[in-house]
Amino acid sequence: MNYLVIVIGAIFVNNIVLMQFLGICPFLGVSKRLSTAIGMTGAVAFVMVLATIVTYLIQNYILDAFGLAFLQTIAFILVIASLVQLVEIILKKVSPALYQALGIFLPLITTNCAILGVAILTIQKDFNLVEGVIFAIANAVGFGLALVLFAGIREHLDLQNVPKGLKGTPIALIAAGILAMAFMGFSGLV
Amino acid sequence: MNQWKNFTKGFIKENPVFVLLLGMCPTLGVTSSAINGLGMGLATTFVLVMSNMVVSIIKKQIPEKVRIPSFIVIIATFVTIVELIMEAYLPSLFQSLGLFIPLIVVNCIVLGRAEAFASKNNLVSSVVDGFGIGFGFSFALVLLGGIRELLGSGKLFSITIYPENYVTLLFVLAPGAFIVLGYLIAIINRIKKD
Amino acid sequence: MANRESSFKNMVITLFMVTFFAAAALGFVYDMTKDAIEMAKLKAQSEAIEKVLPEFEELGETYKVAAESSEDTIEIFPAYDGDQLVGYAVKTFTNNGFSGYISIMAGINQSGNFSGYEVLEHTETPGLGSKMNEWFRSTQKSSQSVIGKNPESHRFEVSKDGGDIDAITASTITSRAFLDALNRAYDAYKNNVVENTGSAGQ
Repeated sequence: MNYLVIVIGAIFVNNIVLMQFLGICPFLGVSKRLSTAIGMTGAVAFVMVLATIVTYLIQNYILDAFGLAFLQTIAFILVIASLVQLVEIILKKVSPALYQALGIFLPLITTNCAILGVAILTIQKDFNLVEGVIFAIANAVGFGLALVLFAGIREHLDLQNVPKGLKGTPIALIAAGILAMAFMGFSGLV
Repeated sequence: MNQWKNFTKGFIKENPVFVLLLGMCPTLGVTSSAINGLGMGLATTFVLVMSNMVVSIIKKQIPEKVRIPSFIVIIATFVTIVELIMEAYLPSLFQSLGLFIPLIVVNCIVLGRAEAFASKNNLVSSVVDGFGIGFGFSFALVLLGGIRELLGSGKLFSITIYPENYVTLLFVLAPGAFIVLGYLIAIINRIKKD
Repeated sequence: MANRESSFKNMVITLFMVTFFAAAALGFVYDMTKDAIEMAKLKAQSEAIEKVLPEFEELGETYKVAAESSEDTIEIFPAYDGDQLVGYAVKTFTNNGFSGYISIMAGINQSGNFSGYEVLEHTETPGLGSKMNEWFRSTQKSSQSVIGKNPESHRFEVSKDGGDIDAITASTITSRAFLDALNRAYDAYKNNVVENTGSAGQ
């Protein structure tokens, strides 16, 4: 499948957060400030790509080879949980500053539905390894794009005169809805 | 522990979606119709109750450091069981819910309850908590799904309520999910204040 | 909280035990549901074939045919009513849907025209692309219907691309993908069934 189509599709047309509803928890939780949004995106991107590669290999060489496709959910989530542990350990040694900055968000990447979602989608869409990696990178970019855009919007929202009942999460969700509407404009692109 | 209070807290006071703001992904993703919301809610309730049950029984046997991985394996097992049962006996619901069924395993509600409640409480309380939070979750999904289905397609539980010419398609699409949820949370916040 | 001590040995044993019991439980449930899952799939397939070729009673031997432009296969089901060949149900697909994969069961009758279709799997937009289930067999607007036509008598492309079929309003991509699937079905039928009229008719 055309690589450009995969990339444009994943970043804009089928944006992982705004169209597919994956990765909403960090989207709402981390997007209050631009700097944390960017840090989170980096960590997610790293885990997403690694996870897609490892789960692809496991699916094709172990699960499918032995007719164990029904163990997909368990195997994939264990891979992701282990990768996150690994990333934590490596970060602690290599860049303690970044490790501190990410804080609680690092273990939370395990429950980021976007990562498990992308791993499963790669298998469902029947991509080969190269297409899968491109798909994962593109989705990470899409995730980052949505997060950064939203953080920008929320920083502005904080300064506005929002009616009391809508303050906080409600107005954030409505803003996300409008952002999603904007992204729908990309539908004709591919 | 007052089990009645334990059970009902999941509906309004500690509603996982509207108050705790957990489990957002399936909440937005499967609520394009009321029946999908109900299906997902019940599937999640099953996983919640079963995993709370198992975690509560074996909690003393699990060393502190491998708590989370063990809980994840337990939860993943029940999610796969629900997947297989749905694929065998409820194929059309299985098709509609699609990707979100395996995603129950990363639903923060399930891991959250195992960690925050089941690992610290006895069997009965944990099971009741599972049902309470699960039904509260289902309630939220059906409410959201119902509103979106009604406004976006004129139907409720697939029964046509008003003609298709008057629908606002936006509500069954992505933006509609965010917007309706936003307003629902605002309303529930208001109700809770009183 | 009096948990077990987190020694290396305990951690490994616990994880091993938990995973072992999990795998065992899953294997058990998988075994129990395997047959029901197969049956549910076959049932859905039979129902789809019935919808596209209403007179069929039983199926002849299925052919699996390689689709030209990809590694997927098309399945062709010759359908009979007793000894009489009624037509062919072709399970086709496309990957060009707005949200990717769409799977369609198309019925081709004895005159080589499409007698019906049933969308089996899709993740197209509800209210827009998902209309394809009814749109292309509309009895009121024949310019958007594919029933009674085939790609040789009519150009199976959307009018926007110079074809003879009207696309779903605001869902050109889904419409194009739908026609792509039908074209694929017809190609498979022409290349594998019509050529072998000797063995196909039985």
